[in-house]
Amino acid sequence: MTLIGSHAALWPEIVVCLGAMALLTYGVFRPESDREAETVGWLAVLVLVLAAALVLQQPEEPQRLFGDAFLADSFGRFMKLLVLAGSALALILAFDEFKADRIMKFEYPVLVLLATAGMMMMVSAGDLIALYLGLELQSLALYVVAAFRRDDVRSSEAGLKYFVLGALSSGMLLYGASLLYGFTGQVSFEAIASVARAATVADNVGITIGLVFLLVGIAFKVSAVPFHMWTPDVYEGAPTPVTAFFSAAPKIAAMALLVRVVLSAFPGIVEQWQQIVVFLAIASMLLGAFAAIGQSNIKRLMAYSSIANIGFALVGLIANSPEGTQGVLIYMAIYLAMTLGAFACIQSMRREIGSVEAIDELSGLAVTHPSMAFVLALMMFSLAGIPPLAGFWAKYFVFLPAIKAGFYTVAVIGVLASVVAAYYYLRIVKIMYFDAPKEKFLPVRVKAGFVMALTAAFVLLYVLFPSPLFEAASVAAGTFRY
Amino acid sequence: MSIAGAPILSIVIFLPLLGAVLVAFLNREAVGNARWIALYTTVLTFLVSLALWWHFDTQSSAFQFVEDHAWLGPFRYKMGVDGISVLFVLLTTFLMPLCIVASWQVIETRVKEYMISFLVLETLMIGVFCALDLVLFYLFFEGGLIPMFLIIGVWGGPRRVYASFKFFLYTLLGSVLMLLAMMAMYWHAGTTDIPTLMTTNFPRDMQWWLWLAFFASFAVKLPMWPVHTWLPDAHVEAPTAGSVILAAILLKMGGYGFLRFSLPMFPLASQELAPFVFVLSVVAIIYTSLVALAQEDLKKLIAYSSVAHMGFVTMGIFTFTAQGVDGAIFQMLSHGIVSAALFLCVGVVYDRMHTREIAAYGGLADRMPLYAFAFMVFTLANVGLPGTSGFIGEFLTLLAAFRVNTWVALFAATGMILSAAYALYLYRRIIFGMLEKPSLASIRDLSAREVLVLGPLVVLTILFGFYPAPILDVTATSVKQLVQNYEAAIRTTTALVR
Repeated sequence: MTLIGSHAALWPEIVVCLGAMALLTYGVFRPESDREAETVGWLAVLVLVLAAALVLQQPEEPQRLFGDAFLADSFGRFMKLLVLAGSALALILAFDEFKADRIMKFEYPVLVLLATAGMMMMVSAGDLIALYLGLELQSLALYVVAAFRRDDVRSSEAGLKYFVLGALSSGMLLYGASLLYGFTGQVSFEAIASVARAATVADNVGITIGLVFLLVGIAFKVSAVPFHMWTPDVYEGAPTPVTAFFSAAPKIAAMALLVRVVLSAFPGIVEQWQQIVVFLAIASMLLGAFAAIGQSNIKRLMAYSSIANIGFALVGLIANSPEGTQGVLIYMAIYLAMTLGAFACIQSMRREIGSVEAIDELSGLAVTHPSMAFVLALMMFSLAGIPPLAGFWAKYFVFLPAIKAGFYTVAVIGVLASVVAAYYYLRIVKIMYFDAPKEKFLPVRVKAGFVMALTAAFVLLYVLFPSPLFEAASVAAGTFRY
Repeated sequence: MSIAGAPILSIVIFLPLLGAVLVAFLNREAVGNARWIALYTTVLTFLVSLALWWHFDTQSSAFQFVEDHAWLGPFRYKMGVDGISVLFVLLTTFLMPLCIVASWQVIETRVKEYMISFLVLETLMIGVFCALDLVLFYLFFEGGLIPMFLIIGVWGGPRRVYASFKFFLYTLLGSVLMLLAMMAMYWHAGTTDIPTLMTTNFPRDMQWWLWLAFFASFAVKLPMWPVHTWLPDAHVEAPTAGSVILAAILLKMGGYGFLRFSLPMFPLASQELAPFVFVLSVVAIIYTSLVALAQEDLKKLIAYSSVAHMGFVTMGIFTFTAQGVDGAIFQMLSHGIVSAALFLCVGVVYDRMHTREIAAYGGLADRMPLYAFAFMVFTLANVGLPGTSGFIGEFLTLLAAFRVNTWVALFAATGMILSAAYALYLYRRIIFGMLEKPSLASIRDLSAREVLVLGPLVVLTILFGFYPAPILDVTATSVKQLVQNYEAAIRTTTALVR
C-alpha cells in the first residue's frame, strides 16, 4: 500500500497507461467491428475522465518523484486538465467520422491514450530525460495517428512528413540536452539552473548553445516559426478528427513543456532565452497572419491560425513574470475551446460525396445551417480577438504583462498582426453570412454538436464568469520563481 | 445611486439584449413577431431611459446612477452617466425605435437576424456611453463592430462586402492601439477605473503616446480627415437604418471618447496637440464640403457632410472652453438627429425608386409636398440655419474657436458657406424644378409609417433650435467641471515647470 500511496502523484499517469494497455488487450481479443472499436473509444474517454478526476484531487503542495524527474505541482495540474479535456473531446469527435470512413479501429483510442500519457509526462517533466521520454512517447503515437487513413495518399504523406521532421527535431533536442548535460553535469532543471547561475563564461556559451538546440526542438513541437513547416501539410493531410486532436492537446503539452523548461532551467540567463522567444513569437504571429490570407483549404487555414495563436501565447512567456505565465495559461485554455469548436464545425462539413474542406463550401451556411454557422462565426470572431468573446481576453491577458515588462514593440507588432489575421477570419464569416447558399451539408451529428455547443457556450459566456479560470491560472503561474 | 433601488443603467443597457434573445428563439418564419418584439423592446428601453433624464441631477457634475460590482480581478463592472454621456444614451434609445419602424417593410429577408443584430448593437452602444471602467469601455466599443459588420454585409448594397470589411478592419486597427495604451495606463495607475484615472497625473511623455494611441482610435471612429475614407463606403452600402445608426450614434463615440479620455486624462498632450487637431478639423470641414459638392450619390453626399460636421465637433472640443465643449456636444446631438433624418429621407425615395443617383430625381415638390417640407427642415438644419438645432452647435463652437484661434474660426466659417452650397444645391436638384422624368410620374408622398418616423425628428430639430436649454442645462455642469479640471491640470504643470 505504501508503494502506491507514496506515488499518489503518479496515479493519473498510471491510470492512463494501464488503461491504454488494458484496452489494447481488450481490442486484440475482441472481434473486429465498428461497435467494438467504439466501445474501446468510449472506455478510453472514461479513462481520461478518471485521470482528470484524479488530477483534480491531488493535494496543493508540489511533490517530486524519482529524484526530481517527475513534478506534480499546480502548473502541471492545470495543464494536465487541459490536455485531458482536449484529448477526450477530440476523441469523441473521432468516432462518427471514422465510422463513416470505415477506418474506425480500436487502435486509435489506444494510441490517443498513449499520446496523452506522453503529454502528461511532458507536462510534469522535471529533468531532461523525463522530458525526452514524454516527448517521444507522445510523438511516436502522433506520427502513427497522422497516417491513420491508410488508403489516403495525403494522410500517409502527412504521417511520413511529420515523422521525418519530428525525428529530426527530436534529434536536435537531444543534442541540445546532451550539451546542457555536458556543460552543467546535471539533468534536472533546477540543478541546471543553479549551475548555470554560477557558471564561467566559457561554460555559459556551451549552455547557451545547448539552450538554443533544446528550444529549437521544442519550438518544432509547438509549431513556432521557423520550425512550423510541417504544420500546414500535416493538418491538411491527416483525417479531420486527428487534426482536431493535433491542434488541441499536443500544442498545450508542448507549450507547458516550453514554459517549464524556460522558467525552471534558465532563470539565470533570461536575456538569452527572451531573445529567442521574442523572435519565435514575432515570427509566428506575422507568418500566421499573412500566410493564411491566400488559403482555400480550411484545415490549412486553421494550421496557420494555430501558428499565430502560439505566437500570441509566447508573448506572455516573454514577460517572464507571474502575470505573463498566467496569461499563457489562460490563452491555452481559451485556445483549446476555440480550436475544438472550430474543428467540430469543420468536421461537420460533409455531403453525400464525403467530407469537403474548401472554404468556399461554407457559402451561405447562415441560411442552410444557422446554428452551425453561428458557432463557427463565434469561433472566428473569437480567434480574431473581438470582445466580448473569450479570444479577446486570451489576447488581453498575454499583452498586458508584455506591456508591463516593457516589450512595447512586440505588443504593437502583435496587435497589428491581429488586425491582419482578422481579415481571413472575417472572410470566413463573410462567406457564411453574405454569400449565396450552396447545397446543404448532411445534418450535424450529435457528438460534434455536443462539442460545438460546449465550446460555443464557453467562448460566448466566458465574459460573464471569467474569475475561475483567472484564479486557477494565477495559482498555477505561482509555481515558478521569477 | 439608483432609482428606487433598481439598477436602472443595467436595465437600459441589457433590455435590448434580452429582446434579442427572445427574437432568437422565434421561428424563422415568424417575421412579424420578430419585428414587433424588436419594436416593443426598443420602445420600452426608450421609456425606461426617460427615467434617467427625469431623475438626472443637472446641478451635479459627478457620475450618477453608478453601479459598481466585482467582475474580473482588478477590472470592475462599473456603470454611470454624467452630463456628457446621459444625452447620448437618450439619443440612442430614441433613435432605435425609429430605425426599427423604418426597416419595417424594407427588410424582407432574414428579418429575425436583422432585428437581433440591431438589438445587440443597441446594447453595445448604450454600454459604451455608460462604462466607467477602461476594459468594460473597450469591450462595448469594439463589440459593436460585429453587429455593424453583419448589418452592412448581409443587408447592404452592391459593394457591401468591400464596405463592411473596410469599416471593420479600419476601426479595429485604430482601436487595438488604444487597447495597448489602456494596458500601459493600468500598469502606471494601478487601476482601470475611469473616474480615478481622470484625476491621475501621467508624465508628459507618456501622455503624448497615450494621447496618440487613443487619437488613432477616435479619429477613425469620428471620423477625422484623413482616416475618414471608410465612412462614405460604409454609409452608402449599409441599409437605411444601418446608415442612420452609424451616422447618429457610432460616430459620436469618437467625440465622446475625446471628452471622456483625451481631455481629462491627457491634458498636457491635448494642449500641445490642439493645433494639430485644429488643422485636421479645418481641413475636414473645407475639404469634405468641397467633395460633397461634387457628389452624384445622395448617401455619399450626406456621408461627406457628416465628416464636415464632425470637424466642428473636434474644433469645439479642443478649444478647451465651456462654450466650445458645450457646442461640440450639442453639435453631436443635433447632428445625430439631423443626419439620421437625412438618411431616412434618402431611404424614403430609395424605397420608391431604388436608386441613389441625384440625377434620377427632380421636381419632387410637385408630388411629395410633405417630404419636401421635412427634407427642407433637415437641409436647413444641416446648413446651420438659426432656428434649427444645427445652428446652436456650430455657433457655439465657432464662438469658442474665434477666441482661441481666429484663423481656425475663419476657415471653419467658410465651411459653413460651403455646407450651404452643397446642401441647397442638392435640395434644388431633387425637390425643386419641373417634375419631368417619367419614372417619377407616379411617386407617392410619405406614408403614415414614414410620417411617424420623420415627424418626431422634425419636431426635435425645430424645438432644440429655438429652445436648446433642455440639452445645454444637462451638459453645463459636467462640462464646466471638465474644463475646470483641465485648466487646473495645465496650471499645476506649468507651475511645476516654472
